Amino acid sequence: MTVVREPIWDDAPRSKFASVVRRSLTLLSSLGWSARILLSTIAAFPSVIVRRTSRAEFVHQLYVTGIRTLPVLAVVSLFMGMILALQVGLELRRFNQEAFLGSAVMISLMREMAPFSCALCLASCVGSAIAAELGTMKVNDEIAALEIMSISPVRFLSAPRILALVVMSPILGFFCCVIGVMGGGLVGETQLGVDFAQYMVSAMGIVDLKDLYVGLLKSFIFGLVIGTVAVTQGFGATHGATGVGKATQRSVIINFLLILMFGYMVTRICYR
Amino acid sequence: MALIEFKNVVKKFDGSSVLDDVSFSIEKGEVFCVIGPSGVGKSVTLKHIVRLLSPTSGDVIVDGVNITDCSDDELFSLRSRMAYLFQSGALLAWKTVAENVALPLQECTSLDDAEIDSKVNAALEAVELSAAADKYPSEISGGMQKRAALARAMVRQAEIVLYDEPTSGLDPVTSVMIHKLIKKFNKERGVTSVVVTHDLAGAISIADRLLLLRNARVAFCGTPQDFLKSTDPYAMEYVAATKGITI
Ligand SMILES: Nc1ncnc2c1ncn2[C@@H]1O[C@H](COP(=O)(O)OP(=O)(O)OP(=O)(O)O)[C@@H](O)[C@H]1O
Ligand SMILES: [Mg+2]
Repeated sequence: MTVVREPIWDDAPRSKFASVVRRSLTLLSSLGWSARILLSTIAAFPSVIVRRTSRAEFVHQLYVTGIRTLPVLAVVSLFMGMILALQVGLELRRFNQEAFLGSAVMISLMREMAPFSCALCLASCVGSAIAAELGTMKVNDEIAALEIMSISPVRFLSAPRILALVVMSPILGFFCCVIGVMGGGLVGETQLGVDFAQYMVSAMGIVDLKDLYVGLLKSFIFGLVIGTVAVTQGFGATHGATGVGKATQRSVIINFLLILMFGYMVTRICYR
Repeated sequence: MALIEFKNVVKKFDGSSVLDDVSFSIEKGEVFCVIGPSGVGKSVTLKHIVRLLSPTSGDVIVDGVNITDCSDDELFSLRSRMAYLFQSGALLAWKTVAENVALPLQECTSLDDAEIDSKVNAALEAVELSAAADKYPSEISGGMQKRAALARAMVRQAEIVLYDEPTSGLDPVTSVMIHKLIKKFNKERGVTSVVVTHDLAGAISIADRLLLLRNARVAFCGTPQDFLKSTDPYAMEYVAATKGITI
């Protein structure tokens, strides 16, 4: 498919009403276009592995997505686990139930908070960078140049990036969960008087494979969403530097909203 | 039959016409130059040939295929026979000059690394950029970027090459060299070249035919000899202005 699009209309709208109608139709067509980019990208996944040049780019993207975000993710999830443990622990202490601190922290992290916070970090660290990078390429005619050289921007740019996010997101989500649980244990040990070993026994005791799978599924979906939104916003950028700024901003906002919505929907479907 | 044909092409942006009923045709194997004042729609005309833009009305026909409503596959196969030099160069910022030039060969041909290397070196040598092969586009001057983009457009032996101001921002000596290069490709490989340029002297020296655009319309289309003899007031003004500079 071709990525470089023209506006649907080449004259100015005649009335306010026409302008509203056009905006709605443009929004719908953008949704359809994004869906097509997603499908073409998924169709191009095998070529990312098969082609030597794409493979190098994919490995680079794995590094950018996975390794370079580790420090931020570690700090965010550590503090999230600590805050969670503190809030829950103080309540539990009122009922003398500190022994369950590990279970409470583990459940909320694994099911919800780890994938969620990991996705927010990825959307703001990686998604925004992808949108800005592709947006700049778009406004500098680099994407058009690729298309004219018969190099599909979907295969060449979108597929390695989205695949890297899809692969890395569950791994990073799991990593966040582990670090968060450790952070919770730290607070338990130092502030709430819960022995770390006891905390871990309680935490591991509650672990259910289903929770793990649902958490990983969420991370997987979030990875796909973040990548798709970032790529389509980047490809859709117009009007120079301002346009790139807008595309980047929109990619972060849309990603935050979609992460919340998809998070809720998956929870809703998996836990009745 | 003409290789590229514009039939009554109208192009509007936000209601105002940039091209208004433009018709002309380009024969296979000729060097066709498009000239005209800045902002008249020369780049827009060129972009229609590869369907980066589609006409508001009218048809653009390339090798018998109506490119305005052909399928993605047809467009893909047509584009794979063309090369396009963007006015801005449009090099990939995260690849070196050599990698940029190698890109169309790596992605679209089955040549091995050694063959690609030798072709890339030859292309870079032709535009006198061998010394900058390992630099990134941001580390070289605008004129060098232009030449690198030119090398990228020429390296894959396309049948149709579209040049958007190949010599703007270049010194006169390099400009003459580029013009000679365009003519050489045309002669040796039978490449059909469409050249958008502000350099009338250069255009006259290489063109088989010239197209002068003015106020969204075709003011003149014919051989350089006829252009110099043209009695169209605007064409005369154009020639006079160029003489004023070159003398
Ligand atoms: N994407 C676009 N959206 C709106 N207007 C455009 C667009 N592209 C070009 N135009 C308008 O079309 C006109 C012609 O632009 P074009 O780039 O073809 O000029 P040009 O003849 O190549 O000029 P120059 O010699 O300066 O490069 C300009 O007035 C420009 O404002
Ligand atoms: Mg131009």
